[in-house]
Amino acid sequence: MNTHEAPKFDRGQAIRIEQQITLRYRFAAGRHATRFFTALRDEGKILATRDAAGNVMVPPRPVCGLSGLPMEEWVEVGPDGVLAGCTIVYVPFIDPMTGVQRPVPYGFGLVRFDGADTSIYHLLDATDPAQIGVGKRVRAVFRPREERIGSLADIRHFSVIED
Amino acid sequence: MSHGAVRAAIVATGQTDHGRRFDVSMAEIAREAIDRCLASRGLALEDVDAVVAGNMEMFEGIYLVDQLYVGALGALGKPLYKLNTGGTVGASVALACYHLVAAGRHRRVLGVGFQKQSEGSTQAAITTVGDPIWERAVMAGAIGNFASMASTYIAESGVTPEQAAKVAVKARRNACLNPHAHLKMPDITVEEVLASEMLAYPIHRLDMCPASDGACAIVMAAEDAVAALADRPAWVHAVATAHDQQYMGDSPKRLAVMRSLQAASRKAYAHAGIEDPLRDFDVAEVYEPATYAELAMCENLGFCPMGGGGKLIDDGVTLIDGPLPVNPSGGVLSTNPVGATAMIRVAEAAMQVMGEAGAHQIPDVTRALATGYGGNAWTDVMILSAERPK
Repeated sequence: MNTHEAPKFDRGQAIRIEQQITLRYRFAAGRHATRFFTALRDEGKILATRDAAGNVMVPPRPVCGLSGLPMEEWVEVGPDGVLAGCTIVYVPFIDPMTGVQRPVPYGFGLVRFDGADTSIYHLLDATDPAQIGVGKRVRAVFRPREERIGSLADIRHFSVIED
Repeated sequence: MSHGAVRAAIVATGQTDHGRRFDVSMAEIAREAIDRCLASRGLALEDVDAVVAGNMEMFEGIYLVDQLYVGALGALGKPLYKLNTGGTVGASVALACYHLVAAGRHRRVLGVGFQKQSEGSTQAAITTVGDPIWERAVMAGAIGNFASMASTYIAESGVTPEQAAKVAVKARRNACLNPHAHLKMPDITVEEVLASEMLAYPIHRLDMCPASDGACAIVMAAEDAVAALADRPAWVHAVATAHDQQYMGDSPKRLAVMRSLQAASRKAYAHAGIEDPLRDFDVAEVYEPATYAELAMCENLGFCPMGGGGKLIDDGVTLIDGPLPVNPSGGVLSTNPVGATAMIRVAEAAMQVMGEAGAHQIPDVTRALATGYGGNAWTDVMILSAERPK
């Protein structure tokens, strides 16, 4: 009765069915992200939302999860910050924005903008672990205005800076 | 103290032979675990009142797994609830089984988690867990994420690559005692872990879990059905779930300070009367996808002071013959069929309480802890005991 005991199955003869499915999505960024990405694209500014308790968060959002208060005030943060986490990636990863493998090695880390309480992940221009470290100061490197499309990728990467 | 109106216990577990299973389909691998679970107590599908199934659907890209596999899941004509809560899904299934029984809604509930990572694209699936507006443009997959988290944890705790490597050695050696485990390495050494390929600094290949195919099933029974099914059931003493804020960068210290694990575990400890987890638990099965994660989880679960994870493994506390064995099954580092993984933690904890863990059985287990892990952002906890709740 037990199907798992059905033995004498030649694993080498197992048939596998190959499929490739391409799905297309178009996400509404929404009011908060639209304001953030517009300021990033047009002015090269990083905006955050603040609540009455003083929490400052990037990405901007309507409500603070910690205080439960609305985040109605917009403030500028960065473009410098500090690394809260970082790595150099050696294993190939498909860039979800392009479908193409990102060249390795590349840097990647969690950046807490000056003036913000939360962090965002982004790329680092370092390729050697010796160049990076938790607590090191970094600066956003923006793409030229004509290349910016209103996306987090309008920041090309972050560079470690001397401070 | 029981959460619900009805006391409940896990009375049966079943697992597949985890690994790369090209010989079975998804429905067949789920059924393999269900058959083994039911057969262990002489149960038939008619004895089950309801089914809860869990799977991370994006891994294989098959939606409606509940309906497509309704026959294999043994749910024809019955309530069948599907859950997808990411990394925690298997534990969420176990918690849902508990809630259904504790609420008095069903007497015997079958829970099953299943995944075949060999069939899909893990990278593409991991991308879908990132926020499409804020996170996907700069993602570096699960490995890049763990590597960044490990850097924060190292900065906070001073844990060393050698201490992390000891976790890899423990896991793969323990796995040799577990007939269901995927990755078994009896001769693995710390030096071998440190010499394995660097995937993303500081994470070596042997610091990370494998991608597995597998399934796990449990039967949760109401108190009045327990005695007929198991001489030594694994009673549920506490369950808890906690969420952190939504984005990966919202929790500033990531692995080092795991807010959702702290919140869920403390809530469960309070409910189950756990005062000193190191003393009060006899075994723990935690969801550690990477070596550094296990050390950080031990700290955040209160097995040692914060920052003491490295010393904990140096002192051998969490070894299979230590004072509090952690993941005697070999853990996630040895077996990771995602949709089943957190349920394997629950099932292994239950097997330890029931005295049915075979070669990796810890002697005299009364209380066991199981955790699920949703990338720091959310955590499930279950506390099981050989003693009936008051």
